[in-house]
Amino acid sequence: MIKKLLLSAAIALVGTAAASDVKVGMITTLSGGGAGLGIDVRDGFMLAITQAGRSDIEVIIEDDQRKPDIAVQLSDKMIQSERVDVMTGIIWSNLAMAVVPASTAQGVFYLSPNAGPSALAGRGCHENYFNVAWQNDALHEAAGAYANQASFEKSFILAPNYPAGKDALTGYKRLFDGDLAGEIYTKLGQTDYAAEIAQIRASGADSVFFFLPGGMGISFLKQYAASGVDIPLVGPAFSFDQGILGAVGDAALGVVNTSQWNKDIDNPTNAAFVASFTETYGRLPSLYASQGFDTANLLISAIDVAHPDDADAFRAALMAADFDSTRGDFAFGSNRHPVQNIYAREVVKEGDLVTNRILSVTLENHGDVYAADCTR
Amino acid sequence: MSPILIIEQLLNGLQFGVMLFLMAAGLTLIFGVMGLINLAHGSLYMVGAFAAAAVAAATGSFFLALAASLAAAAAAGVVIEVFVIRRLYRAAHLDQVLATFALILIFAEGARWVFGSFPLYFDVPPMLSGPIMLPGGVQYPLYRLALIGVGLAVGCGLWWLTARTRIGIQIRAGANDREMIAALGVDISRLYTVVFALGAALAGFAGALVGAIQSVEVGMGDPVLIMAFVVVVIGGIGSIKGAFIGAILVGLTDRLGGIFLPEVFKLFMEPGAATQTGSALASMAIYILMGVVLVWRPSGLFGARA
Amino acid sequence: MIPERFITFAVPAGLFIIAILAFWTDEPFTITLTTRVAILGLAAVGLNIALGIGGLVSLGHAAFFGLGGYAMGILAYHAQTYSPLTLGPLVIEGTKSMPVIWIVAVVTSALAALAIGVLSLRTSGVYFIMITLAFGQMLYYFSVSWSAYGGEDGLSIYLRNEFPGINTLVPIQFFGLCFVLLCLALVLQARLRGSSFGLALNAARQAPARVETVGLNPVRLKLLAFVISGAITGLAGALYADLNRFVSPSMFSWHLSGELIVLIIIGGVGRLVGPVIGAALFVALEHWLGGLTEYWHIGLGAILLGIVLFSRGGVIGFLTGKAGPNV
Repeated sequence: MIKKLLLSAAIALVGTAAASDVKVGMITTLSGGGAGLGIDVRDGFMLAITQAGRSDIEVIIEDDQRKPDIAVQLSDKMIQSERVDVMTGIIWSNLAMAVVPASTAQGVFYLSPNAGPSALAGRGCHENYFNVAWQNDALHEAAGAYANQASFEKSFILAPNYPAGKDALTGYKRLFDGDLAGEIYTKLGQTDYAAEIAQIRASGADSVFFFLPGGMGISFLKQYAASGVDIPLVGPAFSFDQGILGAVGDAALGVVNTSQWNKDIDNPTNAAFVASFTETYGRLPSLYASQGFDTANLLISAIDVAHPDDADAFRAALMAADFDSTRGDFAFGSNRHPVQNIYAREVVKEGDLVTNRILSVTLENHGDVYAADCTR
Repeated sequence: MSPILIIEQLLNGLQFGVMLFLMAAGLTLIFGVMGLINLAHGSLYMVGAFAAAAVAAATGSFFLALAASLAAAAAAGVVIEVFVIRRLYRAAHLDQVLATFALILIFAEGARWVFGSFPLYFDVPPMLSGPIMLPGGVQYPLYRLALIGVGLAVGCGLWWLTARTRIGIQIRAGANDREMIAALGVDISRLYTVVFALGAALAGFAGALVGAIQSVEVGMGDPVLIMAFVVVVIGGIGSIKGAFIGAILVGLTDRLGGIFLPEVFKLFMEPGAATQTGSALASMAIYILMGVVLVWRPSGLFGARA
Repeated sequence: MIPERFITFAVPAGLFIIAILAFWTDEPFTITLTTRVAILGLAAVGLNIALGIGGLVSLGHAAFFGLGGYAMGILAYHAQTYSPLTLGPLVIEGTKSMPVIWIVAVVTSALAALAIGVLSLRTSGVYFIMITLAFGQMLYYFSVSWSAYGGEDGLSIYLRNEFPGINTLVPIQFFGLCFVLLCLALVLQARLRGSSFGLALNAARQAPARVETVGLNPVRLKLLAFVISGAITGLAGALYADLNRFVSPSMFSWHLSGELIVLIIIGGVGRLVGPVIGAALFVALEHWLGGLTEYWHIGLGAILLGIVLFSRGGVIGFLTGKAGPNV
């Protein structure tokens, strides 16, 4: 009996000690294909936590290997065994679909630093799910808007044959006013685009929109540059982040891509972020790193107001988005997805370094079309 | 569908086919001579590409990079043959599958450990970059044309090696009757090492050649490995000729299927749905081809035995 | 040396005890891990019937695992959205009932195993390995590009399916369910091995010509084993999908086929509970090594190599001091 009392007292002590701390579970891709993105998100996130000097925020980091079943297992572990308050980190939409609904249903807050599938922005939205990056369509819509501004009239569009690829082409078509010279779905993971490039050449298009993330984009850009086809390319930033540009080299020069962030966005937060990230990790930050950094700063700003245990207050504090974003102005729409500027960037050479430079603001304070369907 | 587009796609299929042949030739030789199934063949492809990218970054020379890919893959081949594979010749296929699967894990994570998680930069040399005008008005990348040439040359070289040289005779004899050629005084263990290194070098060479127009990253060998298996099954195990014809068939089917199937479906479906159905079927086309060949000839087009 | 009969009983009992201990000490995640062991073990027990008794090295069993998973995913998706599945004139209502889903999963994967088996068994040896691998990849690519059920994104099922009389959302109860199925599959395999079918199959592996001379068709024996094997792996797929409340093409990936073989070999080929030991060690390694380093695959690879090169017969072979049957 006495033993039992002591035990419960100990548990109570641990309980009160832990109550002031916030436990954050980060599940992201650190090994296997696509690990570069997860590493950038993690490094950006941890940079913000370290800079804030917050010892009351405990971050548990796990690697999902880009496998949905591993991600689900890790999220079960974090919720059931580590009892985290907030989760974050997932890169890929398919993993987000596997983890986010189950996590929010168990009362945990989820802050997405990257994936923004439409299913979670519309009818499937949840009051505890916040996206700090973008709804998946945003950059593609901006590419469509840019094509109008550049007065392109006939686009050839291509993307891999999987849901995010279809969303990309839908997003482009949503704002693009011209006609389509062709529309192709390629095989996911395809590395040879000779056949598609031949079709582009034969199509008579005046512009090409492509969404080919990761290694697919590298292959496409190199082969496109070698093919002699000189129709201008437009794409979302995913094929032009710093890690990819290093592998593509000069083949990407001059290509216009759309992004919500770039290292030359002119505000003090961003300048300090770029400098400290470069100094700490010895490489330039990518947009993923900026998203990780913003996610952590949003979290810190909300924790300063309320502990996640006080869910309503914490949620309101997140919604206020009272933090200095690397993107400048940042606000949440009614479905807790960003309302932000999207820029057109051009790939340029600075000395020996191939990187991006901002051309113009393509869409101002842009939200997403799914917000109307979100009633929670 | 203009004739020019069709010619261009035929060339693309051919180019893809000859690169597959470089992979499949090694696989089929290794199986034919040693009876070994090597899942790690895709890792050797990756080793070649990484070695080439690293040497190109250090020296700036594309041809040194190609030489490095051959050397590195052959060396990796010798190392794994001597330390792992050699113990498996008498083992069951199951043990071979498991051991070479383990090698894939080790190579993939090892490459990530050494080179990091970001794709590497490796590009075609200036003298081979850009397009070239072919007779008939077809504009085609010079580098891809060079790949077709190199692939055909390697194919001829392999044929000459197996049909006309002493080591080729030993290889063919080894495939037919191991005990007999050992009894005739051929150092079988050295022969095996040589064949394995040759297969590895071919895979590494293919990795470097293709790496110049694709992305050099961890895991790049997996899809190629499986396609090379399909090629070997279609062509018949142990047959270089079968591997060549199988590779060209698979290359053409994959490339032409991706373009023409959606067009065919557009004849009787609305365009959006046709593109999707067409692409879905096209991604299965080579496996369907394999199924058809198997029904017709269970041991492949040129296979001696099942 | 420990007798194999003892191990056969001790391993499932050990798994059960770990789950119960985890339940008492309120460690729900450990229960989830043991459930994973039971399900992966079940899938590998299925493969073990083809591989261990029939000598069929299938590198495409992820196909059946994935089909089982999608049987669950598609039925539950239609139940979740209240939209019946229409196949031409046929209208099928979705369902959240586990027994129904299990039957569908078993039948679907058995039919697929029949089709794949008929083609693949025209060949043998290394051809068989490559062909099963290729068919697995074919289904993988199909599932990726088949957008009606999420394609690459997969399908999320928000609540676990129902089993009469059991609250499947409680980890220990769902574990119990999977554990019972695992034990049933083990009993089935033991019975099969001792039956005249099992003996004939064993003979067909070792000496097909002799089997033929006594009037049996070795290909037909192997085909039956392959179908039973695929069906059990398919059932495991349905359970795995329910454990994760999620299905995606990654269930079809060839790495999963490779891992199923790995489970069997770690435990010991052709041993009754070999796959369960393999699954337990695999899950434990994944957690222990994965916690130590991002590069844990190197360690896993090295351990596998060590097992192949130095310890024929896997863990059970090591414990009993007897090498397993040669496959």
